[in-house]
Amino acid sequence: MSGYRLDKGGYIDRNTPLTFSFEGKQYSGFDGDTLASALIANGVSVIGRSFKYHRPRGILGAGLDEPNAIMQIESGPHTIPNLKATGIELYDGLQANPVNAWPSLAFDALSINSLLSRFIPAAFYYKTFMWPHWHVFEPTIRKAAGLGVSPNFPDPDRYEKRFVHCDVLVIGGGPAGLLAAQAASRSGARVIIVEYDPEWGGSLLNDPKEMDGTTSDTWIQKIVDELQEAPQTTVLNRTMAFGVYDHGLIGLVERVTDHLPVSSRSGVRQRIWKVRAAHTIIASGAMERPFVFPNNDRPGIMLASAGETYARRYAAAPGKRVVVVTNNDYGHYCAQSLQKMGVEIVAIADARLQKNTLLPGQIDLNNYPVFFGMTVTDTSGRHRVRSAQLHAIDDSGKAISGRSHNIDCDTILMSGGWSPVVHLFSQAGGKLVFDAKAQAFIPTSCEQNIVCVGAATGEYSLAKNLIDAAKAGSNAASKSGFKCGSMAVPSVEGSEASTVRAMWQVDVSAIGGSEQKAWVDFQNDVTASDVKLAIRENFQSVEHVKRYTTLGMASDQGKTSNVNGIGVMESVLKKPMAQVGTTKFRPPYDPTTIGAFAGRRVGENFAPLRALAAEQGHKEAGAKFDDYGGWKRPVCYLQGAETEAEAVQREAKAIRHGVGIFEASPLGKIEVFGPDAAKFLNRMYVNIMSTLKAGQCRYGIMLDENGVVFDDGVLGCLKENHFLVGTTSGKAAAIAEQFEEWLQCEWTDLDVVTDNVTSAWSIINVNGPNARDLLQKFDCTVDLSPDVFKHMQMREGRLAGVSCRIQRVSFSGELSYEVAIPWAYGASFWQALISEGAAFGVCPFGIEALMILRIEKGYLHVGSDTDGMTVPQDIGFGRILAKKKSDFVGRRSIMRPDAVRKNRRQFIGLENISDESPFRVGAHILPPGKVAPPAHTQGWVTSSVYSPNTGKPIALALVERGTERYGEEVQIWDLGESRRAKIVRPGVFDPEGRRLHV
Amino acid sequence: MLQINCPYCGPRSEVEFRCGGESHIKRPGPPEDVSDAEWSEYLFFRKNPKGIHFERWLHRFGCGRWFNIARDTVSHEVLHEYAIDMPAPTIIEKTK
Repeated sequence: MSGYRLDKGGYIDRNTPLTFSFEGKQYSGFDGDTLASALIANGVSVIGRSFKYHRPRGILGAGLDEPNAIMQIESGPHTIPNLKATGIELYDGLQANPVNAWPSLAFDALSINSLLSRFIPAAFYYKTFMWPHWHVFEPTIRKAAGLGVSPNFPDPDRYEKRFVHCDVLVIGGGPAGLLAAQAASRSGARVIIVEYDPEWGGSLLNDPKEMDGTTSDTWIQKIVDELQEAPQTTVLNRTMAFGVYDHGLIGLVERVTDHLPVSSRSGVRQRIWKVRAAHTIIASGAMERPFVFPNNDRPGIMLASAGETYARRYAAAPGKRVVVVTNNDYGHYCAQSLQKMGVEIVAIADARLQKNTLLPGQIDLNNYPVFFGMTVTDTSGRHRVRSAQLHAIDDSGKAISGRSHNIDCDTILMSGGWSPVVHLFSQAGGKLVFDAKAQAFIPTSCEQNIVCVGAATGEYSLAKNLIDAAKAGSNAASKSGFKCGSMAVPSVEGSEASTVRAMWQVDVSAIGGSEQKAWVDFQNDVTASDVKLAIRENFQSVEHVKRYTTLGMASDQGKTSNVNGIGVMESVLKKPMAQVGTTKFRPPYDPTTIGAFAGRRVGENFAPLRALAAEQGHKEAGAKFDDYGGWKRPVCYLQGAETEAEAVQREAKAIRHGVGIFEASPLGKIEVFGPDAAKFLNRMYVNIMSTLKAGQCRYGIMLDENGVVFDDGVLGCLKENHFLVGTTSGKAAAIAEQFEEWLQCEWTDLDVVTDNVTSAWSIINVNGPNARDLLQKFDCTVDLSPDVFKHMQMREGRLAGVSCRIQRVSFSGELSYEVAIPWAYGASFWQALISEGAAFGVCPFGIEALMILRIEKGYLHVGSDTDGMTVPQDIGFGRILAKKKSDFVGRRSIMRPDAVRKNRRQFIGLENISDESPFRVGAHILPPGKVAPPAHTQGWVTSSVYSPNTGKPIALALVERGTERYGEEVQIWDLGESRRAKIVRPGVFDPEGRRLHV
Repeated sequence: MLQINCPYCGPRSEVEFRCGGESHIKRPGPPEDVSDAEWSEYLFFRKNPKGIHFERWLHRFGCGRWFNIARDTVSHEVLHEYAIDMPAPTIIEKTK
């Protein structure tokens, strides 16, 4: 218990107290607190256990760089794992729990790992748990080293996406960002400014200044008011820019209701903005680095800037006896500021010698002991730091034995220098360089229209940053064509010239300190010795070290650890940090809700199904629906208590004895017109289409350019130079696109127009021996008599006064008409068929019955009976190929040696000679002499059903040299069962095809 | 996500388009005169430059037209958009 609430100050509303719980215990805070600041104000020190060693951890930072304070908030469907306490705005009734402690924070059973830490170096688990396989151990190890738990319920919240364009996007609402936005906004440009925090002002919230003779608070409010009033400017707080992509696309996520109690949230929880920005200005500030010294991870050890933020913004003092350890001026500013707020500073250890500092007169060195040329080399304390050990360091940064102090304290604030937040700039493809003056990677140039301003550039003088920011804002607007007047830049007090001494790791080798407890990455429990081990094991690239040690991974992505880690690498590899380089920065900047990316594309909207024209009619007839290639289609129609399988069998039988109706509207319908239409179709199809006369239909096979069977369908000739191309239901859009690709890109000389009219016409298939009798009940101008309208012909006319196209084609082997009428009439035509059909016992049938009928006939179904290797010779098109001389898509490919080899798998039928149940699709055909694998597969079953019309199970298959082997008995390996089959010609029902021509 | 300037519709997001890969590939023929090697070259072999790439795109959810672009595969900068039947423009690559 060390942090406490200060009596005054802070941007909190002391009139609005809030209660919340942490690990089941009740606490109170104020409106304006974050969960982290409220915990500190309540004196809570241990807020988590570390990832691997389960060491007690406290809050390190005050922003998205926080590695330790990882929370699971709320419970049930609303629970969210792995949020940073520093980014959670406190609301009344908030429930938070730590994520990696069992059974509790105070006593964590796995903290035994901490005692074993010298035995668990980088990659220990991978190296140790190898036999029999890593995956045997992985679940247990993952549980021990876990973060939060994902909810077991569907996400109850709504999300949405918004797309916007703007001239200038400003990321970051600190002083530089605000001024840049103001400069751009005044020109009339479309400006968007976003800030992660609920409050505007950035660093000015921790470090208020006098600006233009007024307070920085007033200055901020004036700018925000002005921006909010500007009609072309959008102002978004609680919004994070998580990713920068190509061509100025920036992803934002806006937290709309996360700051409200769960019960008072309504509407959209989060919103993704996809912004296409002509110019982007990144004002993302800088993050402070911790010190890497032994036992630098004890609760109470915090970034100096975080300590100041808690005290200043939230009136939450980080502790009662504070030691500041620094290598730059900021540590002094921070200590002085805290002391003014009433926080006791017990000492400062500044790694620099006093002569190397440029501390201005305003820093009073007499208020507390200041140890120059010294730094922290170890700490003590279990659930809270209790003392700091200081040693003098030599020029190389090595702690010198003997010259030491032990200082009692409950808090150590670390200022290890600053790293500009370059993540978004780097994601954009921007180049970084290591800057010796700033001792940090700073942004340089970017191919995209993106610049950095403010502390994100590695420049920390506010006065200079304001001038540059105003300029950047004006520049961006004028490049977008807007006129900018001159901008008054506010004057600010103070100068911030500073020096920084590189201190990537405190070298404790001369005093017997333990590197194994000097943490570089707090979230992933990576120590300086892990980084060194990785390098000893020859992982020398920064990317390899990251993956081997997990340095810089997980939810904070190394925001506090990356640069120190690169510094440690420098010392071992003996090459400068500039050459070590950084790992690649990738989106998202901070974990982003997956639901927000999904937006409204969840549930029924995930992949909306298309409805048939007569959907209502199908429902009334008892249809059971399923998804077939994006269409919601009847599987079958259930009658009484029958099962789905019984219904399918009944339907398949009824059609061969009477008449059935089937909605075939999804069949692709592409009209092809023009003087070169026939020539074009000849080039697209294996079959010759140019000889087709008006009113005739022809079955066609289409290949892709690799020679693989791609689609089949019936092509009809409406009149000269005007064809109606039928495609399978699933391929309609793809084939329409293919036609256009060939016409636009390859055969630009052909005079052809195509039009995909699939959804303009509904089709009802009237199928079975009584089909003609049923259709003749309708007032139709088409003469259906068998001598004038033969199999494989088509007619246009009017049906009940509505235009219709009728094709006499059959996928069942029965007399069959596909009647197409305009989509809007499909439903009423279906109803009329049901009522007129009652006298014929008309049977509505679904896809599965049609599949039985076509398998009985041995008709192939592209995609079931063919695969990505099937060429037309394999499915009986050899003779047609031999007749056709001209070129077509895929022709040359089916002349390749592989396509003409003799042992190809061919399309055949199988008769089950073992038993009465169908083979399973996918069952393998074994070579002669084999009854079980291992064996070379000779092919497999591609379609298989029980045939109600022949009273036996039947199958189709692709089998090596199949067509030479009719009559041969073969062994089938069917999911562990060995069964027998005879190879037969496909099509066991009415093999002569007499029923087609009645 | 790229922003592509469709020559017929103007700038649109990549999600509206389909990339058809390398452009200006000549389809050899007639089939009987084409060697296996020549055909496999046409079918399978594609350039993979670090730099300027000429490729064809379809404005699939727009005008439905194919066109060519010259794109820098390093920076993703689109340097030219031109009609499908136009020859590839001459571009002097920026030295990087």
